[in-house]
Formats: sequence, C-alpha cells, structure tokens
Amino acid sequence: MSITKRLMYVNRRAPYGTIYALESLEVVLIGAAFEQDVSLAFVDDGVYQLVKGQNTTGIGVKNFSPAYAALGDYDVKKIYIEKESLDQRGLSMDDLQHLTWEDENEDYAEKESMHLVSREELADLLEEQDVVFSF
Amino acid sequence: MKFGILVNEGPYTHEASDSALQFTRAALAKGHEVTRVFFYHDGVNNGTRLGVPPQDDRNITREWSSLAKEHELDLVVCIAAAQRRGLLDADEAKRHGKDADNIAEGFRISGLGQLIEVAIQADRLMVFGD
Amino acid sequence: MATLHTVNKSPFERNALDTCLRLAKQGSGILFLEDGVYGALKGTAASEKVAKAAGEHKVYVLGPDLAARGMQEDQILDGIQVVDYAGFVDLAAEHDRVNAWL
Repeated sequence: MSITKRLMYVNRRAPYGTIYALESLEVVLIGAAFEQDVSLAFVDDGVYQLVKGQNTTGIGVKNFSPAYAALGDYDVKKIYIEKESLDQRGLSMDDLQHLTWEDENEDYAEKESMHLVSREELADLLEEQDVVFSF
Repeated sequence: MKFGILVNEGPYTHEASDSALQFTRAALAKGHEVTRVFFYHDGVNNGTRLGVPPQDDRNITREWSSLAKEHELDLVVCIAAAQRRGLLDADEAKRHGKDADNIAEGFRISGLGQLIEVAIQADRLMVFGD
Repeated sequence: MATLHTVNKSPFERNALDTCLRLAKQGSGILFLEDGVYGALKGTAASEKVAKAAGEHKVYVLGPDLAARGMQEDQILDGIQVVDYAGFVDLAAEHDRVNAWL
C-alpha cells in the first residue's frame, strides 16, 4: 500500500483491570507491518501500562509488559508520555520502562523512543494525525 | 466520503454497537461509503448468531446482518479477539476441533490487518466503544 | 485542520470529558453522545467548565441520546447545539479527523 498516513494510538487504560491495553498493543504490533507513520501516546491511566516491575504471577494473567520493549524492533519509535498524567499519578519517567530503538543508519546506535510531552505538545501532535485509534 | 467503523464493545451491555449502527445507517443514507465495520475486543460478540434477545427488544446482530445484506457492507470480526471469546466460523471451528460454529450471516472473521487497512483507506475512522 | 472530539461518558463517572477538554485545541468540535450527554446539562457540577468550553470550541449534543434519557432541549447549556445522527455524520465529514475519548 503506497499511502502513508500518520496513525496515533492513544492509550488511556491501565493494564490487567481490562483487556484494552493488551489488545491495543496487539494492534500496534500487527499494524507495524503496514509501514505507516506510527506513534503512541500514553495519557491518563495509560501511563500505568509502562510502569516497571509488573509481576502478574499472583493474578494468573500473562505479564505483557515486556512486549513494549519490542516496539523499537517493529520500527515504532515515537512514544509520547503526557506529563500532566504522570504528575497526577505521582509518577516520573524513572518509574517507567525505558524504551529505545536501534538506528541501523548509525551502526545500530541506541536511540530514545520515549518523549515526555506537555498537554500543549500532545494537543499539537493529536492535531497532526490522519487517524487516532482509541480502544 | 469513505468511513471506517470500529466497534469495541459487544451488544447490549454498552450502547457502542447501537451508536455505530445508527451512525452507519445515517452515513449510508447520506450517500457516503462505509468501507468496513471492524469488530474488536468484546465487539466480536456482535457477530454471534446464537443470541436470542427478548421479542420486544432489538436484535443487534440481525440488524447488522440485514444492513450488510442491503448495502453489501463488509463486517469483519477480529480473529484473535474472536478466538479468545469463542466466536467461530465453520473453518475456524474445524481447525480448532470445536463441535460448532456461531458466526452470523454477513460477518466474516479476519485479521487485525483489516482494521489498519481500513484506517488507511477510509477518510475517517469512527470509534465506538466504552 | 480541526478535530471532532466525541465524549460518550458521564462527566460524573469518568475523566473522558476532562481529558478531552485538556487536549482539545481551541476551535475544535466536541460532540457529547451516549452517557456523555449528561455533560451538556445546565445546573450540574460540570456545567461551568462545559459552558467555558462552549466559548472556546463548538459543542454539540446528540439529540436521540438526550431524548432517550428523558432530557429536554431547554435543559441544555446555552451555546450547545443539538444534532441528530445525520448531523453527527456531517460533523464527522466536515472535520479532518475524529478523536473518540472513550
């Protein structure tokens, strides 16, 4: 498919309480094959998806948090975290997984995927999209 | 204009599927194209033919089926979400050794790529969910 | 390049409206549907912020969802326009993208 569109996935749900976070990630991973201009935004309870140290053994549910680390391999390297959402929840970037991607044009140098953005910056980014996915 | 429709919730518990139906009807009535309706998450449950709602209530699955027949709509149920929730067509039932299938007329089971494809091809993606 | 935002949650139950208002650029369209229609009413704890939003954005409410819930058009805040499903389709077509705050 020759058209390239800007697709943003807006994640606003915490993991495990509902299936939305997991099934959204499945869409992102499948969607990566379409080679579009993809970004992810983590807003509201969505920021909890990226919290480090998730351990699901006691609830009998698969821990899917390691899968986020693979996003870079799928060429998904624009990940935006809304600062206001972190602040409201008493979190900082240090509480979240550190996601990176490898730049094959620079000898596979590890580059930052995570971008902390203000509400104004996120509002601008939303306005630049062709399609906004919400689940 | 081309619309893609995404339905994230099953019938009856949430209004999402009703809203999506009303929107789809209204868009078609205005001469727009509805390129595809994609059912994801519990939305796959819209595609079971085994629902028996009370006679004085709407039958959402049947409404989707008849709308699809009338307008040649492409109703696609996500295969991964459908497998989790027990929504099968004849081929899937056979492949997984199940004794029955339950997909309703006018629906088909396919991959998530169908959602991405319609998001790219359509002019607008409309999301109905919880 | 304006966006149509849809809000389908009661402002008393979820934060969809708050997040929508936080991230909608000035001049956006905002449509309340399903339980979101409760956000369009006068005399509630949410009325003040919604009235303010109606000054910065074009705010709409879906009439069929309003009627279903026993709400009359005279209960709607000034500056909010009632639309039917045909109007919803027009709004979706007129804006450049639709962002559903579920």
